[in-house]
Amino acid sequence: MIALALPATTTDEGFIAPTIDDTHYRDIFPWGGEYGVWFEGGFGKQMLMIILSVIFIAIFFIIASRKGKLVPGKMQFLGESAYGFVRNSIGKDIIGGKDFMKYVPWLFTAFFFVLVNNIFGAIPFLQLPSFSHPGSAYAIAAIFYLLWVGIGIKKHGLRYFKLAVVPSGVPWYILPIVVPIEIISNFLVRPVTHSLRLFATMLAGHLIITLAGSAIEYMVLTGNILLQGTSVLVLVGAVSMYMLEVLIMILQAYVFTLLAAIYIEGALHADAH
Amino acid sequence: MLNAAIMAAEEGTSPLVPNLWELLVTLVGFAVLMFIVIKFVMPAFEKTFAERTAAIEGGIAKAEAAQAEANAALDEYKQQLVDARTEANRIREEARAEGAQILAELKEKAGAESARITEQAHVQIEAERQAAVVSLRAEVGTLATDLASRIVGESLSDDQRSARVVDRFLADLETQSAGASK
Repeated sequence: MIALALPATTTDEGFIAPTIDDTHYRDIFPWGGEYGVWFEGGFGKQMLMIILSVIFIAIFFIIASRKGKLVPGKMQFLGESAYGFVRNSIGKDIIGGKDFMKYVPWLFTAFFFVLVNNIFGAIPFLQLPSFSHPGSAYAIAAIFYLLWVGIGIKKHGLRYFKLAVVPSGVPWYILPIVVPIEIISNFLVRPVTHSLRLFATMLAGHLIITLAGSAIEYMVLTGNILLQGTSVLVLVGAVSMYMLEVLIMILQAYVFTLLAAIYIEGALHADAH
Repeated sequence: MLNAAIMAAEEGTSPLVPNLWELLVTLVGFAVLMFIVIKFVMPAFEKTFAERTAAIEGGIAKAEAAQAEANAALDEYKQQLVDARTEANRIREEARAEGAQILAELKEKAGAESARITEQAHVQIEAERQAAVVSLRAEVGTLATDLASRIVGESLSDDQRSARVVDRFLADLETQSAGASK
């Protein structure tokens, strides 16, 4: 993790680059001391934003779905399109079959939970993607890890583990190599990548924006005219990075949900792979 | 700050170590959101979707029914038109046949009537002729006897005798006229 602190070590003129600690806002109700890992710290901004996202998503979709007119209004149309997108483009197309509807609530909740929390990172003043904190990313990936392993066991019994790690049609003498790889990739690496992909992209994007912001502030305040002029370039770069970040926020919510659907489908049809 | 960051990094507090309160809040938040989704959002959307599908399918079914009905009505009208034409032809044929029959009947009746009238005329003529003959015979007889008695002076008032005389006279007359006509 030295690398994350490196920008700070290269500045001799006094510019102190923001670090990951700066993504942790002062706790609103600090009952366990300052923010930290494990159970340190109290109720912070990130938790407030998680709760806000739940309230926001719930209110929006309850209002959008409540009227249920045959010819939808603007809000109902928006809600229906959003729901239909997850239901059909992710649920139906990936999982398919008769019983994909069972998993639509999981996918629907995950998609909008992740999407709204990501977008929070692009909204001024909120400006913190909730999943740039690893705890949230682990939590939501763990939910889906347990879900798809559970589906596999429920559907195929304990034979599921054999189905999942022993690919059919592989000669027996290759199995000693393939089986450990399958175990590692399916049951160990998969949940880690599922969570870290989301966490890392959010954290990286957030850090870049923070870094650009503090750099501009520093450059403007130095009084050095050359640095002040150059800050315009940083601003242009920061704005384009911000745009890219918005794209990544949406994309990561989609990717997370898509992968969750693919894992569920893999567990459901383990015998067909 | 810088030192703290480096120290934190060296101490091994990596950014990958989670804050478990956040993890907990995320789990609970997800659960609550999913409960709301299952309880309120999805049933409402699915109901709307189902209703919309039903409405569209119902509309299509209704349109198809209307189309079928229109087709049936058209077929019926065509059939009725054909029927009407056949009927009209039939009636025309019938009328023609009837007209011909009536004409034939009338002709026959007229023929019969004219025959009857002719017959009646014959009978009447015969009767009148007979009456004329009788009255003539009586008159001629009386006249002849009167004339004869006046000439002869002989009273022929005796009926029996006079009748005999008249008959003989007439018989002579007839033989004469028959001889004259020969």
